Amino acid sequence: MEQKKLAIIATKGSLDWGYPPFILGSTAAALGYDVEIFFTFYGLQLLKKNLDHLRVTPLGNPGMPMPGGMEKWMPVLVTALPGMEAMMTSMMKKQMKEKGVASLEELRELSQEAEVRFIACNMTVELFDMQPSDFIDGIELAGAARFFEFAGDADICMYM
Amino acid sequence: MADFDEELDASGLNCPLPILRAKKALAGLDAGKVLHIIATDPGSVKDFEAFSKQTGNELLESKEEGGKFHFLIKKA
Repeated sequence: MEQKKLAIIATKGSLDWGYPPFILGSTAAALGYDVEIFFTFYGLQLLKKNLDHLRVTPLGNPGMPMPGGMEKWMPVLVTALPGMEAMMTSMMKKQMKEKGVASLEELRELSQEAEVRFIACNMTVELFDMQPSDFIDGIELAGAARFFEFAGDADICMYM
Repeated sequence: MADFDEELDASGLNCPLPILRAKKALAGLDAGKVLHIIATDPGSVKDFEAFSKQTGNELLESKEEGGKFHFLIKKA
């Protein structure tokens, strides 16, 4: 049987949205898939060596559960107050640790160990003046055509 | 519980870590050897069934005991 292929485009650079590409990528690899993840725009944040800057925001995020069901009555404006984002980020990290959810760094490392390939969008790297030296090792810099070279034959393609 | 060759305690770990750790442990085993996995994540019951089906590593046993889930997987 030919090896199945999974192509993922990761476009989000927040703590919560950093999870899906690495969870699905590493799991697919464990199931025997050949996996490539193309990181573009804010998704490039997920490739930085240090991920401590990633945050989760309650602002404009009505589906986000808050302690004590606060989200049901809290005015949207309050979620924009200084410190709210930092507070929700540290609460989310604490909750994840308690529930045995892996850190993003760990899932990313497990993905790379499982030979998931990471491609950084060259155009966005230049657009945002990002330094490839800020990225972890093993990243390929390339463009959209390079993504389709793999995605064109993929069994599953996901945009997240 | 039947005999096994290696044990992996994935207690307290959540999806997808038990599967990823099991995959790693299986990679270090010879064909025919049996891995015993202990997990506390209720989602791991369906996940190990699916893992076994998709990778061809046979799931010999799956049971709950003492609030934990136990799996025996034979390396293909």
